[in-house]
Amino acid sequence: MAEQAILSYLETHEEIADSGNFAAECGIDHAEIVNAIKSLHGFLYVESQDIKKETWVLTDEGKRYAAEGSPEVQLFLAVPAEGSIAKDELQKKFDPAIFKIGCSQAGKNKWVEMGRQVSRKVVQVEDKVKDLLLKIQKGQVCSFITCSADKCLKTWKGYSVRKGPSYAPQREKFATDLTRENLQSGDWKKLKFKEYNFNAKGPPSECGHLHPLNKMKDCIKRIFRMMGFEEMPTNRYVESSFWNFDALFQPQQHPARDSHDTFFLKTPSTTMQLPEDYVERVKQVHESGGYGSRGYNYEWKREEANKNLLRTHTTAISSRMLYKLAQDTKQNGFTPKKYFSIDRVFRNEAVDRTHLAEFHQIEGLICDRGLTLGHLIGVLEDFFKRLGMSNLRFKPAYNPYTEPSMEIFSYHEGFGKWVEIGNSGMFRPEMLQPMGFPEDVRVIAWGLSLERPTMILYGIDNIRDLFGHRVDLDLIKKSPLCLIGIK
Amino acid sequence: MPTVSVGRDCLFAALGQTYTQEKFEELCFNFGIELDDVTTEKAIMRKECHLEEAADDDEEVIYKIEVPANRYDLLCLEGLAQALRVFNGKEGTPAYTLASISKESMLKIHVHKETSKIRPYVVCAVLRDINFDEASYNSFIELQDKLHENICRRRTLVAIGTHDLDTLQGPFTYEALPPEKINFVPLKQEKNFRADELMEVYKSDLKLKKYLHIIENSPVYPVIYDCRRTVLSLPPIINGAHSSITLKTKNVFIECTATDLTKAKIVLNTMVTAFSLYCRNKYEVEPVEVVYDGGKSLISPELSEYSMEVPLSYISRSIGVSLKADEVASLLNRMQLRAEKGASGGEQNIKVSVPPTRSDVLHPCDVMEDVAIAYGYNNIPKTKFPSSEVVSLIELEDLLRLEVAMNGFTEIKSWILCSYQENFAMLNRTDDKSTAVIIANPRSADFEVVRTTLMLGGLKTIGKNKNKSKPIKLFEVSDTVRLDGTKDVGATNVRCLTALYCGTNSGFERIHSLLDRVMEVMATPFVPIGDSSGYYIQRSDHVLKNFDIPDPCSVLELDIEPFLQA
Repeated sequence: MAEQAILSYLETHEEIADSGNFAAECGIDHAEIVNAIKSLHGFLYVESQDIKKETWVLTDEGKRYAAEGSPEVQLFLAVPAEGSIAKDELQKKFDPAIFKIGCSQAGKNKWVEMGRQVSRKVVQVEDKVKDLLLKIQKGQVCSFITCSADKCLKTWKGYSVRKGPSYAPQREKFATDLTRENLQSGDWKKLKFKEYNFNAKGPPSECGHLHPLNKMKDCIKRIFRMMGFEEMPTNRYVESSFWNFDALFQPQQHPARDSHDTFFLKTPSTTMQLPEDYVERVKQVHESGGYGSRGYNYEWKREEANKNLLRTHTTAISSRMLYKLAQDTKQNGFTPKKYFSIDRVFRNEAVDRTHLAEFHQIEGLICDRGLTLGHLIGVLEDFFKRLGMSNLRFKPAYNPYTEPSMEIFSYHEGFGKWVEIGNSGMFRPEMLQPMGFPEDVRVIAWGLSLERPTMILYGIDNIRDLFGHRVDLDLIKKSPLCLIGIK
Repeated sequence: MPTVSVGRDCLFAALGQTYTQEKFEELCFNFGIELDDVTTEKAIMRKECHLEEAADDDEEVIYKIEVPANRYDLLCLEGLAQALRVFNGKEGTPAYTLASISKESMLKIHVHKETSKIRPYVVCAVLRDINFDEASYNSFIELQDKLHENICRRRTLVAIGTHDLDTLQGPFTYEALPPEKINFVPLKQEKNFRADELMEVYKSDLKLKKYLHIIENSPVYPVIYDCRRTVLSLPPIINGAHSSITLKTKNVFIECTATDLTKAKIVLNTMVTAFSLYCRNKYEVEPVEVVYDGGKSLISPELSEYSMEVPLSYISRSIGVSLKADEVASLLNRMQLRAEKGASGGEQNIKVSVPPTRSDVLHPCDVMEDVAIAYGYNNIPKTKFPSSEVVSLIELEDLLRLEVAMNGFTEIKSWILCSYQENFAMLNRTDDKSTAVIIANPRSADFEVVRTTLMLGGLKTIGKNKNKSKPIKLFEVSDTVRLDGTKDVGATNVRCLTALYCGTNSGFERIHSLLDRVMEVMATPFVPIGDSSGYYIQRSDHVLKNFDIPDPCSVLELDIEPFLQA
């Protein structure tokens, strides 16, 4: 009706000067006229221009107060003239929004005493807000507006309207979509369809999304498998200091074993069972050496080894797996192995843009006879090349359980410098031989975090955007597929 | 990893040459240390005080160098410079010696048995006729701080005290006494304190309060006296003011008290080997006899070299480089390990002498590592393991299939062969003879053509599933085949993705959303029509013919191979 009124009027008139007046003349609600103008404008039937007026009109909320009184007065009237009413009971009488505004305004105006019981502080009140709203509704201009009424008002907005480039006295009907009925009746051949708007994207798809860290994890798993590695079972967060540190020939006074760096446990505080004969060999090698080593020459304490913790590295799993392999070697002879793992580790660290108390470690190791540093460098070249990093350099480093140890650097084109991308080394004989491996069995291993390459790939500079509950969900949704190791 | 701050110019003077920063970083990298930061004293001060002054040009440049946590000998300029000089082949490893003095004239320290209740060990040494200048004096003090923070585990394991020997009179005693019985003027104080009162005072001392817990609850405190009952130190808290060293000190008495004897010896060795450089008799240290209750005694420091025989084959086979004994020996010499060809017949051994500066060498593997470092990690030839490669297209197909399924589409697997009619006329297409592979001897009309389009299978599937509840959402990632004159056989596979929506209306929006999503996960941007840097949709005139489907359908079909060409 509104649409036809506009189109008909413009057939004989140059312009609708003010949509408000036009609405009044036609006896159609102004909102309806506005909607019709917007729609006709979209199809270029008309051209419209905004006109704003600094007059005030009532919102729905405002209209309600004009009829029923302001919230504060409604509340005041609900409080008995004598005595008091329980706040809970008073609340039941109102819509929660009205009650909230009412309490706050009536309290501010010192009309009522608020507490568990509510009582009047004045005998009667004047509803200035309601009076004001009524004046506005009648079109009497007001220069003064109290603050409690401002949410009830909005500025009036309308349009002036002229013919548009596609003006026609009647709107042509376009079908917006092809339906089953169109097909069955055959009228689809005659129908005019609304043009698709190819300049806009489609509606957002309602699909599921995988986490970028897991996308990267899947890629790296694929890389390891292509290189012939099998995955270690890493479902063991609680670990004893023994497997996490001692078995790795990490001395008991090593700084990493401080509570500054490691989460120790209150419950269960200590480990119940360790392989005793192996523990004895580990104690020996720490205290006085053996297997060609001088040892650390300190008093090794079983209590320290028994202390439980949350594993600080997945190498705790590697030490268990290697111990198992060594036991198997005693029974059935030695079998070379290539293992990998990607799982959660824990550090008692201050959380910042690049550090979290939890993160993921990627670890690969090869256990075989006759392995050399050349093999380690070779396997690292292969692995990192698949990750897209082909320009590597190796720096001597220190790590208590590997000797030699090498930090891995890669030239980052974007940063224009060498960046450290991981750590590697050959496990010490003091770690392997107490496990029971033959003297000539070597283990080469390397590790890196899962977060860092993921952050570089997806251009994320705050780790908390990526991992944990402060994550930015849009970032999860928008992250592209991880094609590392594929392209 | 600990960090050592050294003046750049002092360091270069000690190295006997200057470097550009880049060249120096290169040297560090190869040796296994890292230039962590380049700053100046004043810049550090400004940072601490949050001042925003401009830097002067003449400020002394400070290098902050990160060293491995087990190389205590590198914790000061003297040790660092020596290691690099030797690494550069500028000099050999010095031989450290004990001054030859008779046991009678040797300084002694008597250890009382009560010390076993709190801090049982002490080792001492004297640096005679030392010549400090301001830089070396500061370095001497800083080394103590570095050692305290690192190997000494914040003084719990070892605490170092250094004294002006000329203010003291040996023999010394190392005792453990109730705190009320200990009285002295501590360093940086003017008046006399009782040890228990002193502990109260230090509770508000920012630097010292963190050490109080080490002895606080013990009934006896460790204390060192000279023969005139002058207090040298209340380890591990504070030294006495009386014997404090200055720039002018000529003879330095060093004591290390400890709960761990091995570490005490390492700490003492680190101090004396680094600073015996400044003694009149270079690299010579005067020993002190430590006498325990009960008569047991030891002479400290122990500067003897530890010798190790390492098979040459072990070194070569671990590094993966075949090396001669002479080469290995000269490589080790550059790492401050004196080495020579072993005499034994049969298997060739390398005889290695580990100097007191190299407490990190525990096992032949540490020797092997030093050979590898001196040889250069980056010069070691690579040995590759056999490994397999992926086919990019297959992996991409798998990832896309997962993504489309996550969008709520169901996977189908349709036939590659179809009828001529289906491939062309039924899709309202005409055969221009340039696309389709035609079968010569089809058994039936179903197998006349190799499909050139993937949507066919989906349409046929919907046609046969009319009675299923709507909407039906199907997809397939598979190959079509097109004629291709560039190929030996004249045809090529083209991998495509197709998706179909069938419902009460066309559902074009759903298909549009899916396309947007596929492009999003392939990081392909949405661009205006005609722009080649991303994707856009353009109208084309294919018309859906009836595959016996009563309901409207929308179809998406795209080649996925271009995704891999970007």
